[in-house]
Amino acid sequence: MTQATYNGVLNLAAGAFLLAAVLIVWRRELRSIVVLLAWQGLALAAIPVTEGIYHHDAALVIVGVVVLVLRAVILPLLLVRAVGTEPHERRESTPLVNTTTSLLITAALTVLAYAVTRPIIALDPSPATRAVPAAFAVILIAVFVMVSRRRALSQAVGFMMLDNGIAATAFLITAGVPLIVELGASLDVTFAVLVLGLLTGYMRATFGGTDLDQLRELRG
Amino acid sequence: MSAATELPGLTATALQVVAVVAGAPFVVGGMRQVRARLEGRAGGGIGQPWRDLRKQLRKQQITPAGTTVVFGFAPAVVAGTTLLIAAILPLIALGSPLDSAADLFGVVGLLFLGTVALTLAGLDTGTAFGGMGSSREITIAALVEPTILLAVFALSVPGHSANLAAIVSATADHPGQLVSPGSLLAFVALAIVIIAETGRLPVDNPSTHLELTMIHEAMILEYAGPKLALVEWASGMRLTVLLGLVANLFLPWGVAGAHPSVLAVLIGLVAISAKVAVLAGVLATGEVFIAKLRYFRIPELLAGSFLLALLAVTASYFFATPT
Repeated sequence: MTQATYNGVLNLAAGAFLLAAVLIVWRRELRSIVVLLAWQGLALAAIPVTEGIYHHDAALVIVGVVVLVLRAVILPLLLVRAVGTEPHERRESTPLVNTTTSLLITAALTVLAYAVTRPIIALDPSPATRAVPAAFAVILIAVFVMVSRRRALSQAVGFMMLDNGIAATAFLITAGVPLIVELGASLDVTFAVLVLGLLTGYMRATFGGTDLDQLRELRG
Repeated sequence: MSAATELPGLTATALQVVAVVAGAPFVVGGMRQVRARLEGRAGGGIGQPWRDLRKQLRKQQITPAGTTVVFGFAPAVVAGTTLLIAAILPLIALGSPLDSAADLFGVVGLLFLGTVALTLAGLDTGTAFGGMGSSREITIAALVEPTILLAVFALSVPGHSANLAAIVSATADHPGQLVSPGSLLAFVALAIVIIAETGRLPVDNPSTHLELTMIHEAMILEYAGPKLALVEWASGMRLTVLLGLVANLFLPWGVAGAHPSVLAVLIGLVAISAKVAVLAGVLATGEVFIAKLRYFRIPELLAGSFLLALLAVTASYFFATPT
């Protein structure tokens, strides 16, 4: 793989990674949010695979394949099953912050990410570290999604995005974490999603909906 | 290249303006025809807008009572600014004599000048529809203009210049830049704002005269005869010019150089006509499948395209490989 192709693929993956996060903020349909999360997982997996091929590092490619299977296939499937089939459960209820404002806040968060990661890039300017702001922006956007959405499922998606962002930052800064650490983190996330899925099911069975704002008051 | 076959830059520019003036009604007619065929209608033919214009131009000049000079001059201002943009943009050849005087910011300013003139004319009539149309149009315009600026700004980072001819020739020299995240995002953002700016679906329905939904049509409701013809013609030319701008920013092949030969100018003319025709066809086909957005959802769409344009700028600025 030549230097130019490596640069191009890495930039494209980082761009698609950030774009998926922005589109998740934009869309309200729960099912399409999960589909976008799968695309984000694909873009995330492309980063270690590209670096592995460029640096001739087989372990990194294996990590990339594990990430691909887990975050682009298994976790989105688990979330899709949790979405449910009732019509009122298909859409995000009115968000706390309206979509236009959310998009503008996302823009501000992206610029903030570029501003705060400048010292990190200055330490070791390489094509990989240059893409760190995109991964960092995804972390900030994920936190914003977690605090501004009402449905349990979109908050779970925010949590997954947060984890994706942290993983992408690790891949870009350190050219990969040890295999065992990555496997441990992946197992953690899988269990978290399984538990969230179960919890969503119970919430729907008990309260008839997963709007977390309605669950603040005690019911006797 | 011998001196006999070399044309001055002015000839190509003049040809460009003439092509936009003559071709704009055909672009509008072609889009209506594509739409009609896809909906299973026979359609009026590609030449129908020209026949409409001829009919309107023969009619008597009527000015509503109580309107001022603003109402009278607005069509001329819209048409004039659009013609000036047609002369500035590198559509057929790069070396426009106005190129050094007006860059990207000038073009966006001229576009906005035309919009504001029509808006004021809508207010000037004092009717409810005119004021409503103006208010809606200015809301959309206020969101559209910064996005156009940001999107083309993102494209200007690789070329190190806000001059449109420099951007086009830089892209033609390095086609690899087109697949970078920056220019892909800029393309999507630019496509959305051009649809909004020219009043196409899903922002505005160009064929509606329903009170609650029209935006552009509400502003020009009081115009009749030759002035209506001029306004319709100008909005067709705006569409053509903006489609040509997108075509040459992202597919800059076939554009003649600064000192072109006769053959190069002809190739440039054919290339830009083909590109605009294809883009217009794609746009018209896409419009068949979508419905108009609710007016209150439009700021959402435009804020989204603003964000995409901002991401395009950051991407092309920060991902840029050190040279």
